[in-house]
Amino acid sequence: MIHPIPSGTRDVLPDEMRELRAITEAVRGVFEARGYGEIATPALEYEQTLMRGDAGGATPAYKLFDERGSVLVLRSDMTIPIARVVGTRYASVAPPLRFSYFAHAYRSVGPQRGQSREMLQAGIELVGAAGPEGTVEALNVLCASLDAVGLESYRVGLGDASLYPALLDGFHVPAGARPQILHELVTRDFVGLGRELEGLALGEEVGSLLLRIPQLRGGPEVLELPEGPARDATAGMRTLHASLEAGVAERVIFDLGLSRPLGYYTGAVFEVYDAALGAPLGGGGRYDDLVGRFGRELPAVGWALGVERLHSALVGENRRGERWG
Amino acid sequence: MGLNGLTLAVPRGALLAPTLDLLDTLGVDTAEVRSNDRKLLFAEAGIVTMRPSDVPTYVEAGAADLGITGKDVLAEQGDRAVYELVDLGYGRCVMVLATEAGDDPAAEALRRLGVMRIATKYPRIAMRHFERTGRQAEIVEVKGSVELAPLTGLVEGIVDLTATGTTLRENGLVIREEISASTARLIANPVAHKLRAAEIDELLARVRDAA
Repeated sequence: MIHPIPSGTRDVLPDEMRELRAITEAVRGVFEARGYGEIATPALEYEQTLMRGDAGGATPAYKLFDERGSVLVLRSDMTIPIARVVGTRYASVAPPLRFSYFAHAYRSVGPQRGQSREMLQAGIELVGAAGPEGTVEALNVLCASLDAVGLESYRVGLGDASLYPALLDGFHVPAGARPQILHELVTRDFVGLGRELEGLALGEEVGSLLLRIPQLRGGPEVLELPEGPARDATAGMRTLHASLEAGVAERVIFDLGLSRPLGYYTGAVFEVYDAALGAPLGGGGRYDDLVGRFGRELPAVGWALGVERLHSALVGENRRGERWG
Repeated sequence: MGLNGLTLAVPRGALLAPTLDLLDTLGVDTAEVRSNDRKLLFAEAGIVTMRPSDVPTYVEAGAADLGITGKDVLAEQGDRAVYELVDLGYGRCVMVLATEAGDDPAAEALRRLGVMRIATKYPRIAMRHFERTGRQAEIVEVKGSVELAPLTGLVEGIVDLTATGTTLRENGLVIREEISASTARLIANPVAHKLRAAEIDELLARVRDAA
């Protein structure tokens, strides 16, 4: 008898599980060595709790009622639950706090798109360590984890969630026009971004700068912008670049247009790429306001890697060269 | 020169000829593509050919680094994780609401039945248009010639793409509303956009010079 399971979910059988385990054990070794204690939180949370962390951003896809009529949701990431744990269980412990996790997160999927409803994430949260030192530590652990997994050609895209809003401030873009401009940026539509900027009569120089900057990505030379609001907006990224360790710096692609889908990021954001896979392996960033929403005003940074994606990238790297191109 | 070792998804159909003309000016050898309309993969030129509506699928997954397709396709598949880099300007057409000539049967249906039935190959664009304009519409998705649907009484109107309006006219349909204009766009896979940044930017500069 064939009994189906929901699209976007999967059974893991021993052959695959053995390979996934090899990945998670390698990553766990790095987490242990760096002092990131592993924690687990419930897959189900009160909707109210998750909404406190990110109103509007990571809308949970799966909701249900408990016996008393409270709305429960399946978590869409681990960052907000850990912020809750810090506010609740670590209310008076001296920072910095270092946590790691291996946990499933749940997202909605489009029909026939090969997306996962349930994905296994491996990640860390470093709470109470401000940038750039905290960000540098998080990136060190990230690269050490990817090295331990055995990936060879991965790169880390590094951007700043506050960069473009600072640019819009610096060039006095009217507040009413900003939501649409940021929408074009988040949906990666540079044609639309150009159209929105053109309609604002900012002057040709400012308009073309605002269109060009989010398309800049590459080595540290992309951080060298003309004096003025543009240069001021990248100050944080230049400081971070100066603090990076050599082994991390050579993996970094500076990306002035990088935007992450979740709304709680406040500073540095990053994504992990591998040429063997068409989508990022994972990502993260600074969220200096989030933990405060749960009662402790602490700056924080974290990231998550998709374990199934790491697995696909590993297999893809081994197969490299067999593709027709 | 050429495509800098990048893979480009090229749309077959109306966008094929102007796309190949553009590629010629970029120094890509398109002779083999032009002379062979059954072959799909041209490894030497770095070109794969497909239906325009499949281009975002291949580019999002990274099976092609870049692709060219219509804005209509991108609008219909709005949640694709791809970068939209350049408006190429060609392949201009308009998404319209059309009904049979004479008294507008869709308006009458809305007034008397409270809802109009609309056939389309672009259900999301059509749905969004009627939601935005505050009208109730029942969207019927069809795959083939949409013009047939109102003539047989399946629906009162259609939402479809038209370049010249000839097919609509020949089937006794008139344009009632223009919804949006569409041109060809160059799109990129988000990972290739970072890892192959130099190659993509160099190609982009040549595309902008040619456009």
